Order: sequence, then C-alpha cells, then structure tokens
Amino acid sequence: MSIMELVELPPEVVELLRVALVAELTVVDGRGRPVSYPLIPFWDGSRVLFTSAVLFSRKLEHIAANPKVSVSLSDPVAMQGVPFHRAVIQGDAQVRSDEDPHTSWERLLPLWRAKEPAIDMFVKRRFGIPLFFERHTIEVEPKKVFLWRDGDTSQAPEVSTPRVLAVS
Amino acid sequence: MGALAVDEAIRRARTYPHGVVSYVGADGYPMSVAAGHVDAPDGELVLGPLAPKLLPKNGTEVGVIFSHIRPQPGIGYDERRYVDMWGPAQVKGGLLRLRPTTATGWDEAETPFFEYAERNVGRGRDYLEKAGARPHLSAFWTVFLATRLPFLTATIIPVALGGAIAGHDGRFHWGWWALCLLAGIAAHLGINVINDVADADSGSDAANVTPTPFSGGSRVIQYGLVSRRTMVVTAAGLYAVAAVIGLVLALTRSTELLWFGAVGLVLGYGYTAGPFRFVHRGLGEPVVALGFGPLMTAGTYLAITRSFSWESVYASLPVGILCALILYVNQIPDRTADAATNKRTLIVRWPAARVVAGYAIAAGLAFALVVAGPILGITPAWTLIGLGGAWWAVQTYRPLAERYDAPYALMPVMQSNIVAHLVTGLLLVAGYLIAALV
Repeated sequence: MSIMELVELPPEVVELLRVALVAELTVVDGRGRPVSYPLIPFWDGSRVLFTSAVLFSRKLEHIAANPKVSVSLSDPVAMQGVPFHRAVIQGDAQVRSDEDPHTSWERLLPLWRAKEPAIDMFVKRRFGIPLFFERHTIEVEPKKVFLWRDGDTSQAPEVSTPRVLAVS
Repeated sequence: MGALAVDEAIRRARTYPHGVVSYVGADGYPMSVAAGHVDAPDGELVLGPLAPKLLPKNGTEVGVIFSHIRPQPGIGYDERRYVDMWGPAQVKGGLLRLRPTTATGWDEAETPFFEYAERNVGRGRDYLEKAGARPHLSAFWTVFLATRLPFLTATIIPVALGGAIAGHDGRFHWGWWALCLLAGIAAHLGINVINDVADADSGSDAANVTPTPFSGGSRVIQYGLVSRRTMVVTAAGLYAVAAVIGLVLALTRSTELLWFGAVGLVLGYGYTAGPFRFVHRGLGEPVVALGFGPLMTAGTYLAITRSFSWESVYASLPVGILCALILYVNQIPDRTADAATNKRTLIVRWPAARVVAGYAIAAGLAFALVVAGPILGITPAWTLIGLGGAWWAVQTYRPLAERYDAPYALMPVMQSNIVAHLVTGLLLVAGYLIAALV
C-alpha cells in the first residue's frame, strides 16, 4: 500500500498553478543573489513541479547548493483569463538528479501537454535537439503561500502555511 | 541568457507592464513580488507601490525580472522574452528604486530558441558529466544522425543514372548494379562520418551555433551521443565495406574500377580530412561534383558493362553540379563558424552577391547541359524531361539573397535545393528508361 502526500493550498493558488503558462522560479545563487527563471509550473497536488533541460542547468546547480526558492504567479497574460490573483509560494526545492534525465521527466508530459500541446510535436522530433530532452525535474515543497486577491501587491497579502494531508 | 548593457536592459524593461522584484529575506527564502512601473529618470527603474511589509531593506541586493509570453491556444505560447537585472534597492514611500549594476536577457526574436539551446550545449554536457549521466537516443536515431542517412540520395541518383544508361544500351544487370549501389552507400556514409570527425577536430562544428537539419554536421560528437573513437571505427568499417565490394567489382568486371575507387576514396576522405582538406581550400564543390557525378555514374556503367562510356560522364554532369550546389548552399548558414575555424569554403571566400550569382550560373550550367545533350546527340531526347528539376532550382535561387543571413529561414531553401537535385536526377533516369522502351 503506497502513501501519497497531498498538500492543501488556497484554491485560488491551485487554480493559478493549473492554468499558468509561466511562473518565475527564483533561486539563490552562490553569491546570495536572487535569480529568477520563467518556467512552466505544474502542480501534482503535493509539489510545484518544473522541468529543466540540462542545457539550462545553472538553476539546477543553484538549487542543489541552496534549496530555498520562491515561485511567483504574477502575469495576467500567462493566466489565460482566469479571475486574476497573484501569488508567491516559498518552499524547499529538490532537483531529482537521482533520476534518469533521458526519461524521468516524461512523467510530467500529461501536465505539460495540457499547457503546451505543441510539446508532443517536439518530443516526437527529440532526435533533432537531443540535449533539450535530457532534463531533470525540480520539486518544490510549499512552505508558505502569499496571495493577493485581484493581484494588487500594494496591499498586504493573505499569508498561509500549506496543510499536509496523508492519503493512502 | 546573455549579458545586456544596463541602459538597454532598462529601455527594454520599460516595455513590459510589470516586473517581479526578488530579494532574499531574513529567513533565507527568496521573496518575489510583482510590481508595476512608475516614471523614473534615466538609468533607474522605479517599481511599486508595494505593501510596506513586502519591501526589502535599503541597500538589499534585489533582482527584477520582466518576462513576456504570448499564449497560443492549442499550441502553448510564443514571443518568449525576458530581461533580468540586479542592483541595490532604494526604498522610499512604498516604491522601490533600482539603479541596476548588471543585466541579462533573452528575446527569441533576436536569438531563436534553437540557437539559444545550441549555445548552451557545453553547459549541458558538463552538467550531465557531473551527474554521471550521458545523453542518448535510440540506436536507429543515433545511426540516422551519425551517418546523415537522408543525404544518401546524393549516391542513389548517380548510381541509378549509371544503371539507366546501361539499361538504355541493353546491358543492365541487377546484381552488378546492386553491388555498385552498396559500395556507393558504404563509401558515402563513411565519408559523412569521417567528415564529422574532421569537423569536430577542426572545431568548425562546435563553433556552429546555428546548425539546421541540412547544415552544421550531424553533431553526434558535439552532443556526446557518439564518441570520436566510435565515429572513426564506424567510418573505417564503412570504407572497408566499400573497398571490399570495389575490389570484387574490379577483379570480376574491370580493373579500371580500381582507379575509380582510389580517386573516390581520396576525394571523399580528403573532403574535410587532412592532408588534402579540399573544402578548406575552396575546392569542396568541384570535388563533390566529380565524386557524386561522373565518378559514380561512369563507375557504375563500367562495373555493369565492362566498358567506359563518355556518355555516362556527360549525363552525370548535371547531377554532379546540382549535388555540389547542395553542399554550396548548405554551407551558407555555416559560414561564420567555418570562417572562425579557417575552413575557407567558397561561401567564406566570396561575398553574398557572388555566392548567389554563383548558384545561378552553376544551376544554369547544369540545366544547359541537360538541354545540350540531345542537341549534340550525346544523350537521348527524353532526357530533356530532366529540365523539370529547374523549377526547384528557381525556388532555391529566388529567396537565397533575401534569406542569406537567416539560417533557419534558409531551411526551406536548402530543402528545395536538395529536391532540385533529386527531381532532376530521377527525371534523367526516367528519360533514359523511357528512351530504352520507346
């Protein structure tokens, strides 16, 4: 019997994660400086997931050295018309460097396809750009969530701590 | 991500409706919060207003990223671009003032994604090495890439033409023709593989950040998919197959074939590899025209019929010239990397206008030879149908000047050029076969 951990986030944040085409993943570099990367975010009910080609591996190295990250959901255009809020999720990231970079990220394909259907075309032609499809997955465990209803960041956010549920 | 001048980064940042301000909080987690622009003097960004508790302390090193995409329903998104900058924050009245000290950015309209990815191949390989992993593809795709299998039409056409001419003379033999084809394929694949090794050794493929499916080599060595040693062994094996078949043909059909084989191996090996390095000397095109024209066609005819034919030499000239033009056009997107590594192809040596004119003259010559053949009584009248391939040569020539500096926009041009060779060759073969039947 397997145990699957579920994490409860505010429903508005879950909806942003479901539709967002881009989020800014901010990591901390070796000099203690924040560095942000626009990436497609995915939510599996437990972790915010990203996948990064080894070609763009600097973020992976930063996370390996310092797992503290934030994920900003801020761009109304990228939210595709969903009632607009803004959110930031702070959390601990893990690069799944223990997994095979050739195939492990493929478990994210259903989530990826839902946001970027064209990915299937590129996957079929992965031989043309093979290193782009050598990828590692970044899993962010949410620790604190900031929510701005209507996206107005001049106002104080609603701050919450994600609740962890265990479902067998 | 490439470095940007700060002033340019600020100019670009002001075209985005908002940025995301990031800083590392007291708990060690980065905070990243969206903020709009407020009018600011030159050299400065002012963002906000932000809730007071969200603002960093004065002097805190902050990063601000401005990013843009355009959603494309049913596809995903495009128009990816972003600007990223850093500097010490100045906070006053709910606003964050930033005089950036460093900036980076990427705009796929300026640096297409495939070029951007290619520029990071070294980083990707380093990361994989540290992770104890290596990139791989299926055996089929690895062989497909490493040997550049689709370019085999360059061999199939002249060998088919040699067979068709023999057939027109009533002397065709499937078995000898098939052996010629097999030897030609093995030699051609060996040439492709050893050329990749030579281009890896000279650095010209590694320096090429705008490869396409038609240019820039197979890149299996650069991507770490196949080792240099495996490529050398593969090339040697393919050359050995070609040599053994060639020897069998020479011993059983005509010893003159030894000359064809020897010249073919020297031209093929020496195309990019030392000591000849013909392509580095601007001699790549005549070498290809000779090797993938008269040498293959007349060699096939000789192997099948045991006699030399000047007609087969003449009939193969348009095919050889059009094959050379495939290399010629495919070197256009490679020219910056080629020049940087002293691979002085004609494209590197000549200005764009001369290259384009050179295409027109050479393609014109190829089709003039198709026309002149029947007029001079060398080739059958039916070979005039070979002119049908001229349509694709025109489609290659017309956009060539306009797309000269755009590697990816040249892809359909390169494709049409390959089709010009393929169609012309197939029609010449068909012309001989029809002439044999009527």
